[in-house]
Amino acid sequence: MRPALPEWLRGRAELSLAALVAGVGVFLLVQTPTIRVPATSNAVGPRFFPYVVGGVLVLVGAALAVAVWRRGSDAPEAGEDVDLSLPTDWLTLGMLIAAFAAHIVLLEPLGFVFTEALLFTAVAGVLGAGLRRLWVAGVAGLVLSTVVFVVFARGLGVTLPPGVLEGVL
Amino acid sequence: MGAFSQLVDGFAHALTPQNLLFALIGVTLGTVIGVLPGIGPAMTVALLLPVTYNLDPTGSFIMFAGIYYGGMYGGSTTSILLNTPGESASIITAVEGNQMARRGRGAQALATAAIGSFVAGTLATVALTFVAPTVVKLALKLGPEDYFALMVLAFTTVSAVLGRSVVRGLSSLALGLALGLVGIDSQTGQARFTLGIPQLLDGIDVVIMAVGLFAVGEAFYVASRLRHGVPDVIAVKGSPWMGRQDWARSWRPWLRGTALGFPLGAMPAGGAEIPTFLSYATERRLSKHPEDFGKGAIEGVAGPEAANNAAAAGVLVPLLTLGLPTSATAAILLAAFQQYGLQPGPLLFERESALVWALIASLYIGNTLLLVLNLPLAGLWVRLLKIPRPYLYAGIMVFASLGTYAVNGTVVDLAFLLIIGLLGLLLRRFGVPVAPAVIGLILGPLAEQQLRRALAISQGDVTTLVSSPIAVVLLSIAALIVATPVGVRLARRFRRAAQPDREKEPVSV
Repeated sequence: MRPALPEWLRGRAELSLAALVAGVGVFLLVQTPTIRVPATSNAVGPRFFPYVVGGVLVLVGAALAVAVWRRGSDAPEAGEDVDLSLPTDWLTLGMLIAAFAAHIVLLEPLGFVFTEALLFTAVAGVLGAGLRRLWVAGVAGLVLSTVVFVVFARGLGVTLPPGVLEGVL
Repeated sequence: MGAFSQLVDGFAHALTPQNLLFALIGVTLGTVIGVLPGIGPAMTVALLLPVTYNLDPTGSFIMFAGIYYGGMYGGSTTSILLNTPGESASIITAVEGNQMARRGRGAQALATAAIGSFVAGTLATVALTFVAPTVVKLALKLGPEDYFALMVLAFTTVSAVLGRSVVRGLSSLALGLALGLVGIDSQTGQARFTLGIPQLLDGIDVVIMAVGLFAVGEAFYVASRLRHGVPDVIAVKGSPWMGRQDWARSWRPWLRGTALGFPLGAMPAGGAEIPTFLSYATERRLSKHPEDFGKGAIEGVAGPEAANNAAAAGVLVPLLTLGLPTSATAAILLAAFQQYGLQPGPLLFERESALVWALIASLYIGNTLLLVLNLPLAGLWVRLLKIPRPYLYAGIMVFASLGTYAVNGTVVDLAFLLIIGLLGLLLRRFGVPVAPAVIGLILGPLAEQQLRRALAISQGDVTTLVSSPIAVVLLSIAALIVATPVGVRLARRFRRAAQPDREKEPVSV
């Protein structure tokens, strides 16, 4: 459930993006003086460009805030699989992010094949493959990750973590 | 040695059985991935870059050229057969192409797109062959202040053209520039904004940025508003060949599309969107069958598709000769060059001329293979459109993880990928274009290098930035674009012109 927004924020959620842009700019401006300048550096050292970029971010963030304030947020991006008439599905999104975060933790200890199979199953399940058909996603994920591992790690020499399958595949 | 004889050498280099195999693999993979809904050309090349990592540079670029063209063709197939377009450059193709498909002429729409892409791609590559050496000669005369001005111009045009409003394009660009600062300063060796994380010392890889913004961000965004129900894919039936009338109505739009696409793509003005809109408007005005527009006019597919492909080849002119990427795809291609320690620019033509000409030759080869492969196989690709969405996005996530891990072999990069994916979600949520961020990331450090070089020569005097007439002109154009968003207004006008036709379509559930 969404918490009720104060009146002035309604339809102006894009202010969060403006805050991010300006915030990153402020961060750059504050952190730039901590960059060490070697005695040998030229007229223009390593701090000059970060100051420029930080200034640009603050200005652009402010301009975006003004634009959003006057005309509200811009429409979300359209796409082949996007239904703009739906409200944001926070639950699905949260589970998807959690699944991706878990796969980062598991990748090296468990290995590419099983972790990616789990990621595949989890994403397919969260996006509505259906709980009863989850085993289909599991099998498809395992086949995909095994084929990808063999082709990329063994065939093309890409470094991928073998994990528990060390020495097996 | 003239351009022609160098090109012949390039073909000799590229036309080995092994390289032909690489080109074939590239075109096939590019088409297969590009056809998948939700995956545009930029995401295709970002996801497939790791495939080429362990090849020699020539083989790798040949495969890459195949992926580039394959991905674009795949994208137009999607927009013709699904009733919703993917990336912006194929919005127009979707307007007429989808209407043709609905009237049982999907095969002809795919054919005019494929042949138009071939004609445009080939002519544009010919133009590239002869324009590039001239631009190189000019480029060698430019000073660092001119390069800096050129990059500022590219920044502003990319931001103005790719989005719906300049300030949103600039927001995306600025975030990309900020992320581009992270890492060791190439001139003094000092760490900047690495937050004490050793993996950040090398900076944020453009592949991670592109995969994060395009693949992961897109998957998150789609998940937040997934269109439920079965996608409305239109079957391709009947003869796959174009009739006499189709040819008669297609060839002029192909040529006009090429004439619009190549020069506009070659200008540092950001990609294929404007030429496709212009081509559509032109065909609509010149057509002898204006009543067909909005109901499946073949000219409306032939022209914009040709313009799209010609612009894609045009984008290679500033990339190869000036080292200036003006589309997200070009930014990833630049990253591929850097992977091999090569810096595109005028010197590349001198130092690595064999490689450059082999790449240009492989563009011809990739284009031809694409036509040979896609005319007969279009029906097969269509099946890919029916993949259930949960499995499609599950697969995209697995490949995003694979591609990112393959860059440096560390899970820390996957954590960056997640964060950049969330940023991509935020940008999409508000309709902010993501491509300027990718371009800012890779072009930012190059702009800084030129800026510092110019200021080192002048010993810190900033007036040096406006000391050459070329720099003054370029910077004035850039300022004008920010002040009066010509590109945006133009794009908006053509988009609106195309809109009413789309709204008449039945809404599928």
